Amino acid sequence: MAQLTFREAIARGVAQEMRRDESVVFLGEDVGAAGGVFKGTVGLFEEFGPVRVRDTPISEQAILGAAMGAAMTGLRPIAEIMFADFFAVCWDIVANEIAKSRYMTNGQVTFPLVIRSGNGGGLRFGAQHSQSVENWAMMIPGLKVVVPSNATDVIGLMAASIRDDDPVIFLEAKALYASKMDVPDGEIVDTLGSAKVLRNGTDATVVALGAMVPKALAAAEELANAGIECTVVDVRSLVPLDTTTILREVSATGRLFTVEENPRLCGWGGELASIVSEEAFYDLDGPIVRITTPHIPLPAADALEDMAIPSVERIVSTVTKSMNS
Amino acid sequence: MSGTKVASPVVDLTDQISLYRCQLELRKFEERAYDLFLENFVKGTSHLSIGQEAIAAGFAAAMRPTDWTFATYRGHAHTLARGVPMTPVFAELMGRTNGLMAGKGGSMHLTSVDHGVMGSYAIIGAHLPIACGAAWSAQYRKTDQVAVCFFGDGSVNIGAFHEALNFAAVWKLPVVFVCENNLWMEYTRTSEVTAVAHPAADRASAYGLESILIDGNDADAVFDVATSAIARARAGDGPSLIEALTYRHGGHSRADPGKYRPDAEVAEWMAKDPVPRYRLRLLELGVSEDELIAIENDVIAEVDRATEEAKAGGIPGEDLLMKDVWADGSGSWRN
Repeated sequence: MAQLTFREAIARGVAQEMRRDESVVFLGEDVGAAGGVFKGTVGLFEEFGPVRVRDTPISEQAILGAAMGAAMTGLRPIAEIMFADFFAVCWDIVANEIAKSRYMTNGQVTFPLVIRSGNGGGLRFGAQHSQSVENWAMMIPGLKVVVPSNATDVIGLMAASIRDDDPVIFLEAKALYASKMDVPDGEIVDTLGSAKVLRNGTDATVVALGAMVPKALAAAEELANAGIECTVVDVRSLVPLDTTTILREVSATGRLFTVEENPRLCGWGGELASIVSEEAFYDLDGPIVRITTPHIPLPAADALEDMAIPSVERIVSTVTKSMNS
Repeated sequence: MSGTKVASPVVDLTDQISLYRCQLELRKFEERAYDLFLENFVKGTSHLSIGQEAIAAGFAAAMRPTDWTFATYRGHAHTLARGVPMTPVFAELMGRTNGLMAGKGGSMHLTSVDHGVMGSYAIIGAHLPIACGAAWSAQYRKTDQVAVCFFGDGSVNIGAFHEALNFAAVWKLPVVFVCENNLWMEYTRTSEVTAVAHPAADRASAYGLESILIDGNDADAVFDVATSAIARARAGDGPSLIEALTYRHGGHSRADPGKYRPDAEVAEWMAKDPVPRYRLRLLELGVSEDELIAIENDVIAEVDRATEEAKAGGIPGEDLLMKDVWADGSGSWRN
């Protein structure tokens, strides 16, 4: 057991897989000797060298195109897109090329690749370096979308993503990079498409993702003090989606609250609300409530950003109000 | 211009006869494909490369079976030239179960991994970076494979072109970029929207590459430059960028009669049609008229047979609809 930050867990997860499989290669901007702008790749260049850990020009289409071409010809590339907002400049490669080509070719090609990216706000970077884009990725058929919320999950889900034969968008909450936890020693391999129940309660089920998970847990703690016992589910993977766990936990409490960092429209919680309405409607004791960032670009000022992204206080007040109405 | 390559046939007569046959197959296939549109056997859209066959034939002849082709939506010729039989290509155009991708891709996305055809891409410029990735894989795995990426003159003004060229040059990747300059970017003359006269050749120096401009309607010249560029890539000396001048005889796509082109220009290029031109060369080299007629009859019979085989294919059923979104063969996104 060692205490590890979220950012250190990324390098550990990648290194774990690079050691066991020579076909795993890594590319991106400043990922080599520099160790990544968020220091998520520290030590990889030193251990695996410049042939397996390659710096690229600032050319996101080239980075992801190269990852795709390499994946369809025998490698298991991991590509880094520094900030998830930058997906917008290479989205053709993601949405039209990587996601569609297996289906279009009737299964002739596979894309065992991982695109990891720093996602979301909380660092006061302003609108072009802060958006939470998991809903962009979730809506594209052919992409798996993984969003870990703690260091142990980072390692296990990274390993599972690298070993998976499908393209995985691996979104790392920037706000969590510095968070720490005790991580077990040895190899960690998790399962994609498995949500995790982090806390059990009887009154309401709070489903959260990425950086919203620790906030949901903190809110559940406060709510318990006020007499509202919440189940907290960490979604962990939007595609594949563990609807079995989520439906079970929602049916058990009769209430669903989603906590989403993405802007309101077409956030993952909307899809979840739809599934629960269709398949567990008669288990519900009250309305499904979504707690999201409002439908705005994220502001830079700390005071404004804190108002925009769901906070522990907003989760507590929203759940309390809804449960008491 | 400096670096310009001229025709210097390095092929022997047997190879030249094969090159003629290949060009003829591409021509007759696409003429039939056009007829099949008019008969409504082929739906949707299609982009023919009638007039540009020498490029596909010349390159395919210079490639090893293990090398990779990356083509555009105008990809029938490049697919067939690598040895993919006509029947599954016709059937794919018709949306039949015996199609190359069982009807799931269509005319613009022909792919046959078994023949090294790694896809036909219908977003302008997108496949240049993807070809870089395959080349990177060959470089990393030391397999001696080369990726050849074909695109039109309309691709040179999109960002992916520049990203890929720079990336390939910096990483010294075994990739050959081939710009088929047919002078027209869809409905607009490329020179009217491009800052340089030769959209690819004039930009090669920006990536530290030699400027290469060839007659793309001469299969021997194409074979010659393809051979040297592929050898360079295989030797680890990095990418090449080739601009091959050519002309599409028809419009951009099925919907386009190509009326915007001056008659004199069309006539000038029809006179440079690569297929009759190559036929004449073979006659001059001593191949008999009878032998050429035999080849032509054989090709037409092949097209007829493939057409009927394709038409006999089944209509895809619901079993295909949800299949192969994911590597496990399924289309399921939840449990």
